[in-house]
Amino acid sequence: MIRLQYFARYREQLGLEGESLPWLPTLTDLRAVRELLVSRGALWEQTLGQANLMCARNQELCSLDEPLCDGDDIAFFPPVTGG
Amino acid sequence: MAITVQHKALDCNRQIEALRARARGLGALVSFTGYVRDLGLTTTGVSELFLEHYPGMTEKSLEAIVAAARQRWQLLDVEVVHRVGSIAAGEPIVLVGVASLHRQEAFEACACIMDQLKTCAPFWKREQSRDGARWVDARESDAQAAARWL
Repeated sequence: MIRLQYFARYREQLGLEGESLPWLPTLTDLRAVRELLVSRGALWEQTLGQANLMCARNQELCSLDEPLCDGDDIAFFPPVTGG
Repeated sequence: MAITVQHKALDCNRQIEALRARARGLGALVSFTGYVRDLGLTTTGVSELFLEHYPGMTEKSLEAIVAAARQRWQLLDVEVVHRVGSIAAGEPIVLVGVASLHRQEAFEACACIMDQLKTCAPFWKREQSRDGARWVDARESDAQAAARWL
């Protein structure tokens, strides 16, 4: 199982804070997870298909090439704007 | 070092004094305070800012930013306080304080920590105005500012 979380604009657009997905061997990295989510339809593609999307694995910033393991905590979010 | 993410209002003087008291033997203390800009009040009617964050990751991310600064510069102590939730125009959002023996380390480390915080720590600003809410866009200049420390 992998846990997914969405933040800020993405959370609002998707109307979803997070969800769990069964882990599959084909989900080798975060890019594969994003592709799976984007294939759900136009809303998902418009939201998570953004070029400047940021992501984190187990609460650490990472790239879409980051390998994925069963039990991981994944987050997708727009560029951060704190400070 | 002290890292705090809080809903309540920032008491900047108290935080800086706490840092000064912890940093025994200090010769320099540099601090930066970021405020909700009041500028927009008349033009866009921004009445309030809402700060969303990713609990858990936010604290870890700030700790990593400060740890990296302490590797790079010789610092006595660091204080980072960031507000989340609803914040009124004119109120402080963030405080970064750095204590060291000499001023140069404190100036540079404070700027570096702020630049990294703006581009790496999971916070998102949403402006609330008469016309509704709007998520603030990230700025390319912030990414450039952070890149100069690489």
